[in-house]
Amino acid sequence: MIERHLAISSVVSLPKTELDALLAGLRHNGYQTVGPCLKDEGLVYAGIESLADLPRGVISEQAAGKFRLVQTGQERYFDIIPGGQSWKQFLFPPRLTLFTAQKDGRWRIAPDGEPAPRYALIGVRACELAAIEIQDRAFMREDYADPIYRARRRNLFIVAVNCLHPAGTCFCVSLGSGPRAERGYDLCLTELDDAFLVEIGSELGRSLMTELACEPASAYLQNAANQGLEQAVKQMGRHLDTSDLPQLLAGNLDAERWEQVGKRCLSCANCTLVCPTCFCWDATDHTDLLGKVTRRERVWDSFFNPAFSYFAGGNTRPAIRSRYRQWLTHKLGAWKEQYGTLGCVGCGRCITWCPAGIDLTEEIAALREEVEA
Amino acid sequence: MTPTATTHPERLLEPDWAEITAITPETEDISTFWLRFEAPAIQEHYRFQPGQFNMLYLPGYGEAAISISSDPDESRRLVGHTIRFVGNVTRAINRLKVGDLLGLRGPFSAPWPMDAIEGKDVILASGGIGLAPLRPAIYHILRHRERYGKVILVYGARTPRDLLYLNEYEEWRKADIDVQITVDHADETWSGRVGVVPMWFYHFRIDPRKTALLTCGPEIMIRFVVFEALARRIPTDYIYVSLERNMKCGQGACGHCQLGPYFICKDGLVFPFSALEPYFNVEEY
Repeated sequence: MIERHLAISSVVSLPKTELDALLAGLRHNGYQTVGPCLKDEGLVYAGIESLADLPRGVISEQAAGKFRLVQTGQERYFDIIPGGQSWKQFLFPPRLTLFTAQKDGRWRIAPDGEPAPRYALIGVRACELAAIEIQDRAFMREDYADPIYRARRRNLFIVAVNCLHPAGTCFCVSLGSGPRAERGYDLCLTELDDAFLVEIGSELGRSLMTELACEPASAYLQNAANQGLEQAVKQMGRHLDTSDLPQLLAGNLDAERWEQVGKRCLSCANCTLVCPTCFCWDATDHTDLLGKVTRRERVWDSFFNPAFSYFAGGNTRPAIRSRYRQWLTHKLGAWKEQYGTLGCVGCGRCITWCPAGIDLTEEIAALREEVEA
Repeated sequence: MTPTATTHPERLLEPDWAEITAITPETEDISTFWLRFEAPAIQEHYRFQPGQFNMLYLPGYGEAAISISSDPDESRRLVGHTIRFVGNVTRAINRLKVGDLLGLRGPFSAPWPMDAIEGKDVILASGGIGLAPLRPAIYHILRHRERYGKVILVYGARTPRDLLYLNEYEEWRKADIDVQITVDHADETWSGRVGVVPMWFYHFRIDPRKTALLTCGPEIMIRFVVFEALARRIPTDYIYVSLERNMKCGQGACGHCQLGPYFICKDGLVFPFSALEPYFNVEEY
């Protein structure tokens, strides 16, 4: 091992096999290492121990309503654009026990005593980093912080990966969120043929790297990574014109297009479940048969669920078109006023995983066309 | 917007327990539940403002957002919740008795702007259970009657038997509040006005330059009350509307009660109409 001085923002090259040592180092530091792996002909984020758990030589072909795995036979691990899951499941779990209430004469609450898990996320794309940043704003406002999210977020270690092969439903360039990971990571990988290029983003990332067999990155390798990223910018499968989006949407709540898309939308809520920024939740009680013990759970919820806006005065949005309009006008409109940013990062999941193949880039284009006509 | 109090910022949705000390039947399907926190320290420090609500929790059933209907200056004593038994949770609450416990989180939401409307004539227009969140505002006015000009309460219910707080009207009238009651459908006991709340505007003269309107009730009533107020040129900054949606967390976090850029539970419930104007007439928004 050569003597070297690493600093935050240093760029080094790392043999691919050394990723195992990095994962081991993270586990040694108390992290659960989670990353992409293949399951049931899809790609999920789950516990990984070594390179062998990663999807080697596989990419995903994506289109509206379509996700297919394709073998490339190459010795590459991070060319695959993710599936329906996003990292939000680790910070904002889909189902989580908040507390248990027991009736022993009087009601008493036993909080869920589990300490917040420490996750190291391996392979976070630039768009997904942007999504975490957006959820940070929703869950950790100045006047209110979600205690569960905050505890998990504090414990997070992020290994980002630069995207070199965007899928057909990708449009991060339109949102300015990718394909290069610019900030918010501890380490950032760019996968080249023979090595990872690693940019160091935090002190913990730096200290972990000092234990690994890395070398200063040659200009050749850095150049190759940059060229790869420039290529990726040109390969976006979709484009979204983001100019004046909040005004466009707020000003056209009665557009004909809502009617049209409302006829295709199944109100299945897939888009909100796969969206890495959607944050709506509900709380439900689960009771034993005697009614003496009840477990209060938090679960993901969605505008598209019929009961979502139901209250004593009735259902605010009985029609599917109203629910779709709510999702899109929130995501690409009102979100800006609430959190200073749009709620979309251009990951394309809502397009890929819509069983009706509804494409929000197409919907916005159609709305513009209708307004301009 | 005022900051909301959460009792346990580190424990999501965890309530404090409060004991039901009395239940006042109001109508066939509405009662007022008077609550006192189990822990004296919490009871001592609990404060709310007119127009705010609490989340009441009954384990096994869930939470319901209930407006506080009692006197804010008496909050150290008991906190009153006027509840209509209309959903899963509220119907289960109806089966509780004095001495039983309810979980309570709150108070939440922006209050009625009692300071901003000082010096104005005040019209309180409400229908049905919409009087409950206005009653704390009435108590506030009673305590500080000299700070307000003419005060008119227009209150409507479906039938005479659905009217809330019947035994208090006299006291309010004695304090120079013009209490105008109307019902949609009269019965043989009724000799008062018949008609819907917005119709009231046709019977009286108001000076829009010095009038503030606070309104709460069924959304359809609110719509027409606002329509009449606008027709009489009450400025949109002085028309205050208390909205209801499916509030779940009370903290603008769970996403259920959104309206345009607002989380109604935290940015409302009370809004000046000027803030609602762009969304008010959009169907199903």
